[in-house]
Amino acid sequence: MPEAEPVTEKNERGEHDPDERGHFGPYGGRFMPEALIGALDELSAEYDKARLDPEFTGEFARLLSQYAGRPSLLTEAVRFAEHAGGARVFLKREDLNHTGSHKINNVLGQALLTKRMGKKRVIAETGAGQHGVATATACALLGLDCVVYMGEVDTERQALNVARMRLLGAEVIPVGTGSRTLKDAINEALRDWVTNVDTTHYLLGTAAGAHPFPVLVRNFHKVIGEEARAQILELTGRLPDAVAACVGGGSNAIGIFHGFIDDPGVRLVGLEPGGKGIETGQHGATLTEGTPGMLHGSLSYLLQDDDGQTTEAYSISAGLDYPGVGPEHSWLKDTGRAEYRAVTDAEAMDAFRLLSRTEGIIPAIESAHALAGALELGRELGPEAHILVNLSGRGDKDVDTAARYFGLVDEEKL
Amino acid sequence: MSELRAMFEHTRAENRAALVGYLPAGYPDVEASKDLLAATIDGGADLVEVGVPYSDPVLDGPTIQTAADAALKAGFRLKHLFEVVESVSARGGRAVVMTYWNPVHRYGVDAFARDLDAAGGLGLITPDLTPDAAGDWPSIAERYGLDRIFLVAPSSSEERLHLTARAATGFIYATAVMGVTGARESVGAGAAELVRRTRTHTDLPIGVGLGVRSREQAAEVAGFADAVIVGSALVTKAAGGTAAVRALAGELAEGVRVVSAQPS
Repeated sequence: MPEAEPVTEKNERGEHDPDERGHFGPYGGRFMPEALIGALDELSAEYDKARLDPEFTGEFARLLSQYAGRPSLLTEAVRFAEHAGGARVFLKREDLNHTGSHKINNVLGQALLTKRMGKKRVIAETGAGQHGVATATACALLGLDCVVYMGEVDTERQALNVARMRLLGAEVIPVGTGSRTLKDAINEALRDWVTNVDTTHYLLGTAAGAHPFPVLVRNFHKVIGEEARAQILELTGRLPDAVAACVGGGSNAIGIFHGFIDDPGVRLVGLEPGGKGIETGQHGATLTEGTPGMLHGSLSYLLQDDDGQTTEAYSISAGLDYPGVGPEHSWLKDTGRAEYRAVTDAEAMDAFRLLSRTEGIIPAIESAHALAGALELGRELGPEAHILVNLSGRGDKDVDTAARYFGLVDEEKL
Repeated sequence: MSELRAMFEHTRAENRAALVGYLPAGYPDVEASKDLLAATIDGGADLVEVGVPYSDPVLDGPTIQTAADAALKAGFRLKHLFEVVESVSARGGRAVVMTYWNPVHRYGVDAFARDLDAAGGLGLITPDLTPDAAGDWPSIAERYGLDRIFLVAPSSSEERLHLTARAATGFIYATAVMGVTGARESVGAGAAELVRRTRTHTDLPIGVGLGVRSREQAAEVAGFADAVIVGSALVTKAAGGTAAVRALAGELAEGVRVVSAQPS
């Protein structure tokens, strides 16, 4: 049957796909309670069908262009680049997407999958609130019930996003256990999921967790890299020398990296939160400082002690404050295809202010880590270099944190 | 014959279910946890599950989470686990360890099995490790003569029940309800159905856990399962010291014997 052939071909795993059990090299897999295995199998099966179904892919593409505002722009940051050793710097403007970050790509994809599976309720975790806001948005659009788990520390530092989610009709549940940040929000979402798995989809916000989440989330974000590659070729006539992206769980980075993964001349550089400095121990630099271990269902680099207890991450950026990382990044690190560096709070905040003042773009503090990395790369690579930065989100949510950090307002009045 | 097999032959001969009591090692501190486990056995538990306090216990409700946090804050380390297990076996008790997988992975699966075996532990219950993700754990367990107790859930397909039944030794841990650990008003009708479905795949004993807290519930579960597993209710009693734990274990031990009065 000649018509079946292309489907068979498409079904075959690509060179960069994990094996059927979700392994990227030794990383990934599925270390999860038996109670959730059925739901993960169902999700895998549904996704495998959906990705080949023109109705699904068409609807996803339509939402990306007509709702999320894709393709996002590519902007050359000329004045900012004066501080980057004279290299040219290009910004992939995920901050201009609806809801203000790259997160919308993945949530639209997974919310459509939720509908296909006949589930009516969505749960999600959020750190900075970007993923929570994006999830609440997609649920409002598609008529799904939405519950977002958010660490108490984060509900305090991102109060505006809590209000935003509630305006969108989502229920926000503050999580007061453990470190009271993203890691524990995921724990609490998993506890909800194991209780309500029949009716509920867990809309995980990053390219981590148990199979199939890492590959599914990555594929929904690949559009970032695909667009950026075409745009930069169009604008400059050549590929960039380096692509820089921040890495917490790693979804925006894996999305943009995949546009260039088969271009060996393009360096892929992930910037992790160095917090108060690696030497202080207060950081979230999982790939730089961690060791392989399991957290939230997959094997990957992890911040842990000698007993395998997860240690607390720290970053000024709530969205990067996570002791784990997506398994594909661990594999890209080990194979050497990508490199990972740490950027301190101070370096990120300097880049945050610099972009605001030289380009009139206030970035998310997460994305400011990538900008700081680009400044460093520019100085290393010199004036001939072209550097592409994934500007993964906008900084509206961070104005309060930045105002305090730079002493721009009377603290009493905040 | 493995010790667990011998235990279940004994309880079957008495026409009753086994009582399995869970307490975390190191809670409220290492020495006190040894005393509490001893009290569980003195009260009538046939087997204790020694829990490994872990930073990210996604299958545990607030009671066990809080206890694990307290144990870690009090300085619990994995070396203490083996010490606690040894205290159980030294006084003639039987112990298995219940642990999330990362501490074992980090310690080294072989080293962990070696040290558990040396401490007299009988096996591992692994709430976030299913047989298809178990890697070399089954062969290492075989080498040290340790039982590998995997979980089944109401959501497990027949195919997965079969897979788990083939991989497990000692007994199978059936989670009574979809959810996290914690004492509940009722154990749920799903538990009996899950045990029935699991029995079509195996002759291994089946223990039921998640939610049992009283003599009546223990009796109800003992009516269809080979073991009644009690965790959170004992952990709650631990705050009241060894007397409270011994009293609850005693009540539950009566519960698992009620069934002997009924035709099985």
